[in-house]
Amino acid sequence: MRARLSLLALALVALAALYLLFGLSGRIWFILELRSVKLASLLVVGAGTGIATVLFQTISANRILTPGILGFDSLFMFLQTLLVMVLGGFGYATLGQMPKFLSETALMTAAAVALFGLLLGRGPRDLARMLLVGVVIGALFRSASALMVRLMDPSEFAMVQGAMFASFGAVNRTALAITAVLSALAALAAMRLAPQFDVMTLGRKRAVGLGLAYDRLVLMALALTAVLTAAATALVGPIAFLGLIAVTMAHAAVPAARHAVLIPAAAITGASILIAGQFLFERLLGLQSSLAAVIEFGGGLIFLVLVLKGKVR
Amino acid sequence: MTRLSVIALILLVIASMMIGAARMEGQALWLIWVSRLPRTAAALLTGMSLAVAGVILQQLVRNRFVEPATTGAAEGAMLGLIGITLVAPGAPLIVKMTVAALASLASLWGFLLLIRRMAPRDPFLIPLTGILWGGILGAGAIWFAWGADLVQYLGSWMTGDFSGVILGRYELLWLSGAVALVAYGLADALTIAGMGRAVATGLGLNHDRIMALGLAAVATVTALVVSTVGSIPFLGLVVPAIVGRIMGENLRRVLPTVAILGAAVTLAADILGRVIRWPYEIPVGVIVGVLGAAVFLFLLLRPGHARTA
Repeated sequence: MRARLSLLALALVALAALYLLFGLSGRIWFILELRSVKLASLLVVGAGTGIATVLFQTISANRILTPGILGFDSLFMFLQTLLVMVLGGFGYATLGQMPKFLSETALMTAAAVALFGLLLGRGPRDLARMLLVGVVIGALFRSASALMVRLMDPSEFAMVQGAMFASFGAVNRTALAITAVLSALAALAAMRLAPQFDVMTLGRKRAVGLGLAYDRLVLMALALTAVLTAAATALVGPIAFLGLIAVTMAHAAVPAARHAVLIPAAAITGASILIAGQFLFERLLGLQSSLAAVIEFGGGLIFLVLVLKGKVR
Repeated sequence: MTRLSVIALILLVIASMMIGAARMEGQALWLIWVSRLPRTAAALLTGMSLAVAGVILQQLVRNRFVEPATTGAAEGAMLGLIGITLVAPGAPLIVKMTVAALASLASLWGFLLLIRRMAPRDPFLIPLTGILWGGILGAGAIWFAWGADLVQYLGSWMTGDFSGVILGRYELLWLSGAVALVAYGLADALTIAGMGRAVATGLGLNHDRIMALGLAAVATVTALVVSTVGSIPFLGLVVPAIVGRIMGENLRRVLPTVAILGAAVTLAADILGRVIRWPYEIPVGVIVGVLGAAVFLFLLLRPGHARTA
């Protein structure tokens, strides 16, 4: 296991180096600085999404649910739009990066716990129905955000729009720093809780019998998922199927059930997918922002195959 | 219920004539003739034909949660439109429309292939598969559109909006209204086809032909609506569900009410969109999207009916 994990990590480092150094010429330091900001955001988003998905799959006892599929990121968009709407463009802009991000994350956690606690709380029973509910919730939040956006001033709209589209091209550096720190903290917390998550996979009854504070752990995992999703979405906008691809690949690469291995593996694959994809699209194919669309396409395909192969029943 | 929806519809039509950004001064008649009347007609035709298309699809697939937006039909039409715009930008409208309808039909067919092995008892898995299928087709459409700088076009097809409708720009919708009428003539055959191939054949019905006709009708309506005003999600799901709860499932009896209620809901949503932030407008697709998703959620979560759906 350790060896495979180190191999994955090595691959990630190699990819990162390739991304940084490929075709370097001219004003080297300027280019390097630009690229490393992008690289950092790819890392934060990919790793955060991977970890969030692992945690979410553990609490829902399922391998195909992800926060993105159940509408986590559209919930975040909705809350952000709501915040701009309630505070007004001026209030929102003067809020400052840190309190803004913290309040958004707090709101997001509360809403996610309320909503998905309700869905998951009764135990994972009718999965197909839950999935459908999640997909429709996502559609509802997206439409509601669209409605609010139409009701806003153009200047307020510009603020929301910045957050609406998945783009690694224009990342705010302060936001990146805050997000990186928060995501790292959340990842550390997840690693510390890893043994408890292992117990959780035994099922609620056995876990409680073994002395696990099950409900509290579910709450914590949901909160961590919310923080990580909020961080990733705030930085570059929603990419629904990234988590699914990352975790499916992590399971394939590292056949382990232990979270101490699974969490870093998912983080590494998530980041690797993004970096490799961005490299391929930006450098080799010369295409700009279509990476998100391709991930949606491929991830949707994987998901459909999983559904049709009967993993849902 | 039928009488109630007719009265509501008439009131809505009158309101729709009166409400809008332009003032009724001087050239009021001209304004009504060129803008308000076409817009009202477009909303009525769209709502009616989408609701009917939803019912047809629900009968054929034997699932209450399918409709053009949860089976990939709308996304298929978008793909077809993008394809023909790329290949032959100057093609006449009727050619574009035909290509869109064919693409929509192809994606419906793909959806049927995907769910063929599922039992109709899987009420939630079928629409889930359809939504994912639509999502994949939609991502493909976005990808192509990115490459060809057509994202703006795509936006106008994705969100239904009547604000661009004036005289001379919506007439194709009459065709989709006509398709809905034809579907009414087929109501009994569709009901029997919905009982499954064995039963239908036993009753002397050419199951495959009715299936093909029904799907063609749905694809045509979807393609016409998507290319003329843009997609309006969940309408074909929510309206039949409401009518079905009150009036039952006899297609011939229910279809007129479904059509009228679909028209009324669409027109009401459009009027709401004109009023909320007067004089600016909110697209009808957004308003129906919010309301429709909320009703859909209610239908999914109401207790006790999980497996009878």
